[in-house]
Order: sequence, then C-alpha cells, then structure tokens
Amino acid sequence: MTVTDDRPASVLGTRRLRKEDPALLTGEAKYTNDLDLPGALHLAVLRSPYAHARIISVDTSAAATSPGVVAVYSGADLADTWGAPMPSAWAVTADMKNPAHYPLASGKVCYVGDGVACVLATSDAAARDALDLIDVQYEPLPAVVDLEDALSDRVVIHEDLGTNSSYTWDLKIEGHEGQVDEAFANAAYTVRERFVQQRLIPMAMEPRAVAAVPQPFGGDMVLYSATQVPHILKVMVALTLGIPEHQMRVIAPAVGGGFGSKLDVYAEELLCVALARKHKVPVRWVEERGENTVATIHGRGQIQHVELAADADGKLTAVRIRILADMGGYQQLITAGIPILGAFLYAGVYDLPHAYDFSCTGVYTTLTPTDAYRGAGRPEATYAIERAMDVLADQMGIDPMDLRKRNFIRKEQFPYTAFTGLTYDSGDHLAAAEMAAELADYAGVRARQATQNVPGATKLLGIGQASYFEMCGLAPSRVLASLNYSAGGWEAATVRVLPTNKVQVVTGTAPHGQGHETAWSMIVADRLGISPDDVDVLHSDTAIAPLGLDTYGSRSLPVGGVAIAMACDKVIDKAKKIAAHQLEANEDDLDFVGGSFTVKGSPDRTMPLAAIAFEAFTAHNLPDGLEPNLEAQVTYDPPNFSWPFGTHICTVEIDTETGQVDVLQYVAVDDCGNQVNPLIVEGQVHGGVVQGMAQALYEEAVYDSDGTLKNASLAEYLVPAASDVPNITLGHTVTPSPTNPLGVKGIGEAGTIGSAPAVMNAVIDALSSLGVSDMPMPASPHNVWKAIQSAQQGASK
Amino acid sequence: MKISVTVNGTVHESDVEPRTLLVHYVREVLGLTGTNIGCDTSSCGACSLHVNGEAVKSCTMLAVQADGQSITTIEGLAVDGEMHPMQQAFMENHGLQCGYCTPGMVMAATSLLKENPNPTEEEVRIGLEGNLCRCTGYHNIVKSVLAAAAK
Ligand code: FES
Ligand code: FES
Repeated sequence: MTVTDDRPASVLGTRRLRKEDPALLTGEAKYTNDLDLPGALHLAVLRSPYAHARIISVDTSAAATSPGVVAVYSGADLADTWGAPMPSAWAVTADMKNPAHYPLASGKVCYVGDGVACVLATSDAAARDALDLIDVQYEPLPAVVDLEDALSDRVVIHEDLGTNSSYTWDLKIEGHEGQVDEAFANAAYTVRERFVQQRLIPMAMEPRAVAAVPQPFGGDMVLYSATQVPHILKVMVALTLGIPEHQMRVIAPAVGGGFGSKLDVYAEELLCVALARKHKVPVRWVEERGENTVATIHGRGQIQHVELAADADGKLTAVRIRILADMGGYQQLITAGIPILGAFLYAGVYDLPHAYDFSCTGVYTTLTPTDAYRGAGRPEATYAIERAMDVLADQMGIDPMDLRKRNFIRKEQFPYTAFTGLTYDSGDHLAAAEMAAELADYAGVRARQATQNVPGATKLLGIGQASYFEMCGLAPSRVLASLNYSAGGWEAATVRVLPTNKVQVVTGTAPHGQGHETAWSMIVADRLGISPDDVDVLHSDTAIAPLGLDTYGSRSLPVGGVAIAMACDKVIDKAKKIAAHQLEANEDDLDFVGGSFTVKGSPDRTMPLAAIAFEAFTAHNLPDGLEPNLEAQVTYDPPNFSWPFGTHICTVEIDTETGQVDVLQYVAVDDCGNQVNPLIVEGQVHGGVVQGMAQALYEEAVYDSDGTLKNASLAEYLVPAASDVPNITLGHTVTPSPTNPLGVKGIGEAGTIGSAPAVMNAVIDALSSLGVSDMPMPASPHNVWKAIQSAQQGASK
Repeated sequence: MKISVTVNGTVHESDVEPRTLLVHYVREVLGLTGTNIGCDTSSCGACSLHVNGEAVKSCTMLAVQADGQSITTIEGLAVDGEMHPMQQAFMENHGLQCGYCTPGMVMAATSLLKENPNPTEEEVRIGLEGNLCRCTGYHNIVKSVLAAAAK
C-alpha cells in the first residue's frame, strides 16, 4: 500500500540492488581490523575494575619485560602528550561543568573500563598478556550508580566541580510563562508519570578498531578507524594532539555498523596516533567485545517526569517535562546535548498551545559515558509522550487511537509553527495512523481482545500504538549555533564528470551500512541521465573527500544527498554553456533530457553529455572564459530540519503464567518523503524497529551497586536473535519535504523511535485488565511477572 | 605445532601455536579476513565457516583441531567469479547492511539449507539463532534464506 506522488519514471524510487553488496558478501571488503600493516605494534589498554577509585600507584616494570612488549605507559607517563583534554563539542549551557578527561586516567578512575595504562607489543596476544603484569594500587571510593543518588551529591565524583550536576538546560516559551501553570490549574484531566529509559549498549557487530600509520619522514599521519565521523575525527585529533590538520588524514574503511556509538572521538584513537608518532611505527588496536560493553559509549539512561494537562475532550493544553540524564563518568563528544535533541519533541505529533515547560539536568555517575545511540534523545521523547497519551486515554476511558486523532496536528495546518518556534514542514498523521490501523486490523484485534482478555485468562492480547515526528536531517547551522553546538550542519558534495562520461561523486557522508554508494549513484543517474553503474561514490577518506560532516542523525540523504543533487544541477548548468556554444544555440533554447541537450524544436541538433564531457576535457573549443573540465562543488546548509513521521502498531500476547511477551504482529507506517530506494528504506525501518523492540523487551545494561556491569558480554546482554523477533509489516505514505529539491526526509532512526513506545503500549494494554498501568522496560518475563504480582497485591489491599 | 589444512581447496602446511584459534589462523596466517570476529563468548556467529561442509564458529575451535580437515571460508564460496546462490539471494533480498555479520550468516545459512533444504520461516529463524545481526532486524535475512531455498 503506497501512496505515490506522480514524478516521471526514473531510477529514483526503484528497488535497485546495492552496489556495495558483492564486496561485503564475498569477504573482499576490508574493515579496519582486516588491514595488513607490516611492522605494526599492537596496543592493549588496562582498564579499571573499579567504578570509582583513586589511583595510588601504577607499576609497569614487570609488564615491560614480558615477551614481545615494546613499551608500557601509565596515564601519568603520557600526561604531557595531550595538547588538550578529550574533546566534548557540546557545552549546552554557558556554565556547564565538564571535567577534564584524558585518554588514560591518572589521579582517579570514574567508571569500570576507564583506561589506566597501556601496552605496546609485537602482537595483540603479547600486549594483552602483559596487561596482567601491570600492578595498579587503587583506593576504592563509593560508586554512584543511581541518578537520583548522584544528584544528592552524597558522593561527589569530580571534586573540582563540587557537584555531580553538570548543567540544567531549560526550554520555556517566552511570553507564555504563566500558561503552563494555568493550564494545569484548569485541566479536566492531568497525567503525571515517571518513566525510566534504561541504559542500552549499542553493540554494533563490528567492535571498534583503530590503526595509526605515521609517515615519519613525510610528516603525515594516517588514521584508520571504525568510525562514523572521519571528518570530525580528523579535526578533533589534530586539535587534541597539536598535529597540523593538513598533515592528518582519516580513513574509515568498511565500517560494521555504528548506531551512534562510532560518532565519537575515543581514547584509543588518540592513543594510537600519539604512540605511532612517538614510536614512528604503525600502532593498531582492536576492541574485544567485553571491552566494547564498558569502553564504548552507552545510550539512553534517563529518568523522565512527564506531566500532561488536557481539557474535557482530551485535547492537550500543557506539557511539563523534567529529565535527569545520566552522562556517566565523563562527557564524550556530544553527551550533554543528547537529551536536548529530544527537548523539542515531548509534545509529539500533537497540536499543543504555547504551554510547554522542559528542563533537563545532566548528571555524572560512575558508569560508562553515554552519548548518541540510534535516535539520540528523540526515542526517549517519543516514548514519554506516547506512553503518557495512553495513560490519559485510560483515565478518560477512551480508545488511545481516538485520543490521538483528537490531538493530531491536521494536514491542513502544515507548514506548522510549533510552540518551540520550529516549523514542521509537512505531515499527515491521520493518514499514517489510519493506514497502520488498517494493516494491523486494529478494530479486529480490539474485538478479539474483548473476548480473549476475560477474568482468569492466561493469554492476554494487547495492542499498542505510537505516532511520532522525527526531527532529523541534522541540521541548519544557525539552529545548531543557538543550541551552542560547536560545529555546523552542512554537507559537501562534488560531482565530477570524467572525460569518458563516467562520474565520480565525492561526498562528506560516511556510510557504515546505509548503502550510500547505491543511493547517491541513483540520485546522480537521475539528474544526469546516465546509468547508476557509471557512477563511483568516493567517501570516508579525508584526503579524497576533504569536506564533510559525516553520517548521523538521519542527515545523510536530506543534507548530503541534496548537496549531490545540487552539484549535479551545477554541472548541468556548465554543460549547457558548452552545448550552447557548440550547437550555436541560445542556452535558453536548450532542453536537457535523457542525458542530452537538444535545441527546442530541432531534435537533430543535439549533444549528449558524453560529448560535452570530452569537450570540457580537451578544452579545444569552449566558450570564452569558461574553465575546462566538468565538475561542480556544493556545500548545502539545510534551511530546516526534516520531519519524517509515522505510526507504528504492535500486537502482543502475554502469557501471564510465564510473563513471556510474544509479538504477534508489528506494523510500521513511515513517511520519509520521497524514497530514493525503497529497498534501503525498508531495511532501515526493519533494523530500527528491532532495535527499539529490543529496548522494550530485552536489553538493559545492568549494574550492581558497586558500579560493575553485570551483563558485560554478548552472552549476557540480550541482543535479539532471529528467533526473538517477528516479521515486520510495512506501509508508507509519501509526503515530500517542501524544503529540499529531492523532497526527502531521512529514515535511519524512525524505526527505533516508533517501536519502543508501540511495544510497551501493547504490553501495558494487555496487562491493563490485571490492573497494571505501567512497568519498566525491558518487559522481560521477570519484569512482567513482577508487574502482575505487584498489581495484584495492590488490588488485594 | 605443524598442521596441514585444506582451505578453500588449497592445502596449507603451517606451524601454529597450540593456543591459536581457528579464526585467528584463517585471518592472520592465511590472510583470509572475510571471516569476522564479533565477540569473545561464542555468541555472535560472525566467525562462522565450514569445517568439512558444516558451519562451525571458528572462535570455538583451535587451529590444531583443524589439522587434516577441509575448511571453506566466505572467500571460497564464490566459484569462477560467480557468487554462490546464497550470496546472490542475500544481495537480491537486501539481506545485509553493514555486512559485518554477513559472511558468518551466509556460511550458517548454506549449512542450514544443506540439513533442511525446505525450511519454514520459523525453522530459518531458529536455525540462525546463533548468528547475531544488529542492522537488518533479520526480516530480509530470513527472506534471503527462504529465497535461496526456493531456487
Ligand atoms: S566471534 Fe565467534 S561467535 Fe562471536
Ligand atoms: S548487516 Fe550489519 S550486523 Fe548484520
């Protein structure tokens, strides 16, 4: 079921198979750890077993004599190496407190996994063996595991800051300050809920890997890293280590997934570069999975206090939000800003008056630092409003679908200027919700539920919905400036037509599974009237693609893809000048169709792009003043975020005796505007849905009171397997974005944003007949069973 | 220790340390880096390859245990420049995104079809339980395997 617009037939919108696949399917693709680097030394990092401790001493002497070991360093040994602390690029408030954080700790460790020393050896095994011989004396300090406990400052983690709270960031609507209190005072209904976004481990299947290759005589440094952000990494490494930026080259080879966890600048990247410089040989490091669970960032980690006010019809009249965000032991690259990315979305897809009050406090704990994880702030926001809407519907005794329909921003209200001042460019929430309801047989499930969920039933049926708006396509640079983010949000592209009419596209996006090579080729093919097979996409190497801001925040297509389309248009403009000159025609009299310029009304006076490319190359007969070669560069700064939206509906059956949740059906209707390649769009939604479902049903980083991660491996941390998840039914509506020439919006995070609340609403819906009104994620058998028990105890009191 | 292993049809005589895992042997000694490593608890299946035609997680086996055996890695699946039907099915059904789980997934899936040439969707899901993918949500992986079975 697809509502299509009526664009002319083109390669755009077709289910073209990916050109990336053969290399990945045959083992030919090289990930960072696959690189053959003769003479490289291997780095291994000794990590703190304590969540919080003072380092009394580090004795490296025994490790230094271990076979194969070349050098051993403690944090103190390398203290002079760093020109600056590890970068954090988002000071959300002017007075944000941010402790200095170095690649290896020296005075103190602040989480289990914090690096304290490192070994360089001739093999990975030799380096890791030697770690056992490093003798570190610690004075253990009390761990701070709980967010509310952290806020009390019972134990202050960074003494120099004097407190564990780093910042409080508010969003109040100027000129409407009194309106929130007033709305709550006059509300017919109010909802007050406390939700917990448990910590999640991103768990990209490729662990991180780094290799730094120095050219001691040439003066350059090449850093290979399993990163989503080669361009950002280049600047940050140059700044942190005082390396002239033009001598720093970063290459992201094939990258095995990121989900935000590789949007960072990590200690091991800085260590490898620093030690490669020092030892004048390549230095490489690969993360073991156990390390990955503690030394790569975590996601989520929030306590959300959500309040809604509504009138007698259930129309929202005010939203008040208080967030505590767990930043972990230190800030990584954009830790502080993650909850702020959600701040604009706590009213979801609803038509809220200017009565909104948001405040977020970022808090340090002695746990692994948090940072961006698929959706970054927006899944948390969507969860809060969508769960709260179900609570409101329950209070009013109406169907949650009905409540949503009463509150949706209506199609005719777009472009819609929200209470935050942001403009939602387009949308049709009702259409998406109705399509989802039809695909899920919403009415039919409700009818079955009425007969199935009778007193004493042990298999309870539940259906839950989530409607979302995603603020993505990060981002207009001026908006980022207003949020104090220290970079822009533009993207760069170069389109170069080679003499033989093959095309090179240089993009600043950095794919790690999203199929950019295929999608960007399709955009170019569509614009230039050539075959996608004749397009080569160059990316992820800062020497080849020097300008770019990389891949995250569903930005690649709505920013980077649009830049490519615009660069193609510039190429066509130039080609047109050459064609006009050679055909002795007026530029205005030329049409460009199917890859050829033709004089209007004279179909025989035509010149294909191939001929123009060759003319541009020989430069024998170009118009006066026109530069040779056919190439154009564009840097595109989007005028607005893009606003994909949709509705997801999940149907579950819960066995009340075992607590087992069985997902019977999952429907996702997403609208990401025009689709370049539906095959890729669907893949993104499938993967995203399962990642959100995993938060709802399976995953949680579980810590004991000492701050030790109890499920620090893939054997214990429950990443779902094929047998744990269902097939997914997809539908799409197409509401093209009016703010960019491709009409595209981005789809990388949508699945994750819609699915956790849809699944949890279904779970609570199933259990509501037993008196359960909320339960923490994940809805594991144990947690479901506990929720049922406590509801029944409550009822019998 | 000296071992003799046939890998992708070629006999390799090697001298390996007794503690060397098979996955490290194929990756580091033979340079066949298509076989990936995703964990240290035998949980992810990224390292799956075939030993005498059957899928094995190569991080659970020592190189010395492969002495005298015949091994196929992902590099050995394509014949004369033509991808194996399972590889083709993954491509045609978008059964991969980042590709990191893919070699292991393909090796496990070919072995699954050898044992059960006509599996149901449920049997595919259970059969691939030991191979984790973080990108695809499995939907298109299952579709790929069913498509390969139907070929
Ligand atoms: S690397 Fe062998 S199962 Fe994970
Ligand atoms: S395709 Fe990325 S882990 Fe499976």
